[in-house]
Amino acid sequence: MYKIVAKDVLNEQVKRLVIEAPLIAKKAEPGQFIIFRIDEDGERVPLTIADYDREAGTVTIIFQEVGYSTRRLGALEVGDSLLDFVGPLGKASELEGYKKAAVIGGGLGTAIAYPQAKKLNELGCCVHTITGFRNKDLVILEDEVKAVSEKAMIMTDDGSNGNKGFVTNALRELIESGEQYDLVIAIGPLVMMKAVCDVTKEYNIKTIVSMNPVMIDGTGMCGGCRLTVGGETKFACVDGPDFDGHLVDFDAAIRRQAMYRDKERQSLETHECRLTGGNRHA
Amino acid sequence: MPNMRLDKVPMPAQEAGVRNRNFDEVALGYTEEMALEEAERCLNCKNRPCVSGCPVNVKIPDFISRIREKDYEGAYQTLKETNALPAVCGRVCPQENQCEKHCVRGIKGESVGIGRLERFVADWHMQHVTETPRQVPSNGHRVAIVGSGPASLTCAGDLAKLGYEVTVMEAFHVAGGVLMYGIPEFRLPKDIVQKEIANLKAMGVAIKTNMVVGKIFSVDELLEEGYEAVFIGSGAGLPSFMNIPGENLNGVYSANEFLTRINLMKAYRFPETDTPVAVGEHVVVVGGGNVAMDAARCAKRLGAEKVSIVYRRSEEEMPARREEVEHAAEEGIEFKLLTNPTRIFGDEKGFVTGIECIEMELGEPDAGGRRRPVPKKGSEFEIPAETVVIAIGQSPNPLIKQTTTGLETQKWGGIVADEDGATSKEGVFAGGDAVTGAATVILAMGAGKKAAAAMDAYIQSKSK
Repeated sequence: MYKIVAKDVLNEQVKRLVIEAPLIAKKAEPGQFIIFRIDEDGERVPLTIADYDREAGTVTIIFQEVGYSTRRLGALEVGDSLLDFVGPLGKASELEGYKKAAVIGGGLGTAIAYPQAKKLNELGCCVHTITGFRNKDLVILEDEVKAVSEKAMIMTDDGSNGNKGFVTNALRELIESGEQYDLVIAIGPLVMMKAVCDVTKEYNIKTIVSMNPVMIDGTGMCGGCRLTVGGETKFACVDGPDFDGHLVDFDAAIRRQAMYRDKERQSLETHECRLTGGNRHA
Repeated sequence: MPNMRLDKVPMPAQEAGVRNRNFDEVALGYTEEMALEEAERCLNCKNRPCVSGCPVNVKIPDFISRIREKDYEGAYQTLKETNALPAVCGRVCPQENQCEKHCVRGIKGESVGIGRLERFVADWHMQHVTETPRQVPSNGHRVAIVGSGPASLTCAGDLAKLGYEVTVMEAFHVAGGVLMYGIPEFRLPKDIVQKEIANLKAMGVAIKTNMVVGKIFSVDELLEEGYEAVFIGSGAGLPSFMNIPGENLNGVYSANEFLTRINLMKAYRFPETDTPVAVGEHVVVVGGGNVAMDAARCAKRLGAEKVSIVYRRSEEEMPARREEVEHAAEEGIEFKLLTNPTRIFGDEKGFVTGIECIEMELGEPDAGGRRRPVPKKGSEFEIPAETVVIAIGQSPNPLIKQTTTGLETQKWGGIVADEDGATSKEGVFAGGDAVTGAATVILAMGAGKKAAAAMDAYIQSKSK
């Protein structure tokens, strides 16, 4: 069992849990992920590691309550435990040797972009961060991100923070203003990562994206997480989750993401009672 | 006088039209009367050809003699002397290629139903005897075992009996490996596997789940941490795909994924359980082994109207157990033999709509002696399908190879190991599918057994 030692609500849908997992904390690196399972009937859900503390023996995860499993995860409190927590899985991000990087996080993707920005900063790279949210109430990790960035821009779709626009607008502006990036990291929804890659292709800037497809084991066994990268089939769990964004077939990835949409709805509807304590209209 | 009936006492089974709608066990097992009748068919021959056909050399005529004497526990103990998992082997061994292939009774008529008798004895024991596993006093030596499938469980059991402090590391959340995620409930009930694992635990074996060796620890780190020897039984976990167009469409599964969703994650109870599996009305399974049969029969049970197995050779070359092929056919699985997929079609949303196949004919024998299938030009045709399961084999998972220094592997990924399981790295042994590529439960168990003896000899010689 893996105990929850801290919990924060970052916005109405996004929560942060700190989990006791000393062996994973010892080995975790930015870019890697864990798989959790809440209980005996639970599904295995991959989440990218948002932070780790080797000394305290904890791993931090940040997640959005989108499906049944993440809603149940969000309902757990400090002192509760997860049945299974396995990792660190996937390859660590390769972040050494860069001079100036733009790290882009879209929505929840900010939670995964943050450890990368932090690591780049530690390695002496100049970090500019661009994070994007639908509105100002959904902004997460503002202080954390600022602390590791020389420049931190927060964009909102509706302009409610006074900075209207998409992350791609901000990126283009920075590049056009003369910023010379030798690396762009883009983490967020597939459509956002695709849009960022379209921009960076124009300027020929190396771009790393983090892919988070459906998977079961996370060790290369099921092949459910396969992606087309540079015309070849790759497994996100063992070949990634980081990939060269200019080689990823995003359209194929977007189609694969829709595989279980109906089933996810069915699962949520079936368990509405369990989530709301018996009151379906709560 | 032995019973000279020519055929085996038939195995009672759930009726095909009923069982293809549930996940309960198909073969129901012999009653005592049936077992006694079948046991009488054994001639107890002097030269015991059956024993030489068994990868772990079960003393077959001896255990069958105990059955005749109605000493069922004695029969069980005879089995257990050389076979750590008789309830499993009695169900999943390809007996027709092993012990039963050599049975004298098979020359004229059917061989003795050795597998069925083995299962009867193992089940009798489970029902009538409460195991009181003995915990052997520790000999002070620690060993680690990577993976918890049949090779690892056998190796763990043998080393625990010798007094070793055994720690098994499993990547999944449940121990048992392919016995849990691969072989379906209706062929091997999971309770049986878990009982065997509980027995190992009672013997003092520590089983740690959620441990992906190669990530959380490397093999080198295990050796540094004080494990004096490590056994790698990590299986053949990497699924092979066909590299044909359309393979990444929604609805195309590796057999590993399809079976893991169903068996390990219990997707057949969705939405009561949380892991879904998508099975359309038409399912095509590609391959001719046990895994293909399992996938096809699972699909049928999940409500698919039409399930077809597409295999590029003829029935004779099918590597699946005879019984599984027969059961599959009885359950309404259609066989499209001498047929090979060429591409998979999908709709504009990326979901599978069908699979194009080409007819094949058998040409000259290949290096393995099986006649090579050759495509017939212009014979392409389409089978409508919403789900395609690729069951053409697995190779060893590269994780261990990538993270262990000085461990030699074959080009195709198998770990290089000698007869006794010793690898190129001192103190590291390996066996089962991780060494041979996808094979059978019993061969893996044989390898686990040999490696346990070699690990014992290695540690003893080192500590002298």
